[in-house]
Amino acid sequence: MTFPQLRERIWSVYVPAGLDLRRQSLQDFDYERPQTLAEALALLRGGDARVLAGGTDLIAQMREGRRSVGCLVDIKGVGELTGIATTAEGGVAIGAAASAATVSRSSPIAANYPAVAQSARLIGGVQVQNRASLGGNICNAAPSADAVPALICHAAVAHIAGPAGTRQLPLEELFVGPGKTTIEPSELLVSIVLPPPPAPSAVAYLRFTPRREMDIAIAGAGTYIRLDRQGVIAEARVALASVGPTPMRAPLAEQRLVGERPTRALLEEVGRCAAQDARPITDTRGSGDYRRSLVAVLTMRALADCCAQLGIDVEAPSK
Amino acid sequence: MKTLITCTVNGEERTALADTRDTLLELLRDRLGLTGTKEGCGNGNCGTCTVLVDGAAVCACLMLAQEAPGHDILTIEGLATGDALHPIQQAIVATGATQCGFCTPGIVLSAKALLDVNALPTDAEIRHAIAGNLCRCTGYGKVVEAIQSAAAALGGR
Repeated sequence: MTFPQLRERIWSVYVPAGLDLRRQSLQDFDYERPQTLAEALALLRGGDARVLAGGTDLIAQMREGRRSVGCLVDIKGVGELTGIATTAEGGVAIGAAASAATVSRSSPIAANYPAVAQSARLIGGVQVQNRASLGGNICNAAPSADAVPALICHAAVAHIAGPAGTRQLPLEELFVGPGKTTIEPSELLVSIVLPPPPAPSAVAYLRFTPRREMDIAIAGAGTYIRLDRQGVIAEARVALASVGPTPMRAPLAEQRLVGERPTRALLEEVGRCAAQDARPITDTRGSGDYRRSLVAVLTMRALADCCAQLGIDVEAPSK
Repeated sequence: MKTLITCTVNGEERTALADTRDTLLELLRDRLGLTGTKEGCGNGNCGTCTVLVDGAAVCACLMLAQEAPGHDILTIEGLATGDALHPIQQAIVATGATQCGFCTPGIVLSAKALLDVNALPTDAEIRHAIAGNLCRCTGYGKVVEAIQSAAAALGGR
């Protein structure tokens, strides 16, 4: 007799029929696995439906009672949501349900967007990366989301489908606050589209965590610079994590970069600008002042990393 | 509500009457009696419930039983051949890389997922592969040593 049979035998004697005394960790929900985008959207019109991709945030939140869900719409059966495709413009479209592991191993991403591949390897540990989706890391809207700064630096555009058709917006405009995005309950993030990176340009993302892996960033900084023919910075983006209610751009830092040649002094000053841009709170993971100090150093180091990728010899920054 | 779940577990097609709310962990432990997979934190932080789904390490507590059909699941019970332990298990025993043993099934499966795709891992690669497996007794030095010796035994070097 196997263990379950034995248990059922015992229960059949002592427990009235139909009564299940076993602790169930999740509240009841319907589970649907649509095969097409249209089916998925139809299911989401139901009201208290919620998209299930990797489940690494959602299932944990449901277990903790932080989220009650009437219907889980598992989108992993929809091909266009799980794949990674090159676009006609030479960029890449990452399906929202593609796992972090899929993203980090994708050859077009490793070749043209290495900071995105590296960021995907920062989300949780291997077990989480094998399940967690890029779209889920975005839609969970944690200010600390590791995948987001590098995507913002690459000028990522979110493609969203809903009952009224599709819409697009720059990724950074998706976020409203912790856990909140502009995506309506009846809508679905379909893909993240990255334009081809212009040459010569570079992106880097650095974060600070007490533990090297399996930890949440106390602060993070992603940077992008594009140089003109004279070696002057023609375009810059700085995206910060964990220092505001949402992932955020750092306008002062970006403005300070454009029109300058990268030097150690400039990078240090831009770091200070980014610290001014930051809007950190004080919580158990770090004080606001500490986070500002981290942002200054991380921004400087991420920029130094970009310079190194572009073969520019910026004297190694101090600190 | 109850539902029938059919999936491949340790190379065998298994069907179980599960609750629609069951996680994969609950399916394995409570419906199939495969209690080698442990529940620690229940939220993806500790890795004690690590199983391989189509060869990839995942936390069974963060996957629904209803997501399992069509997938090939390997638990710690599926590793040994009869009484002969898998080389990774042998290495854990020989190195003494276990103390209370609660995290060990998860660590062994994380190690298997690594060695299946990387026969010659560096210590850093091993530490990355088991970063999602918490051991609160003995630490990781001997675990890394054991995985290196398993890699050697499996013919990696």
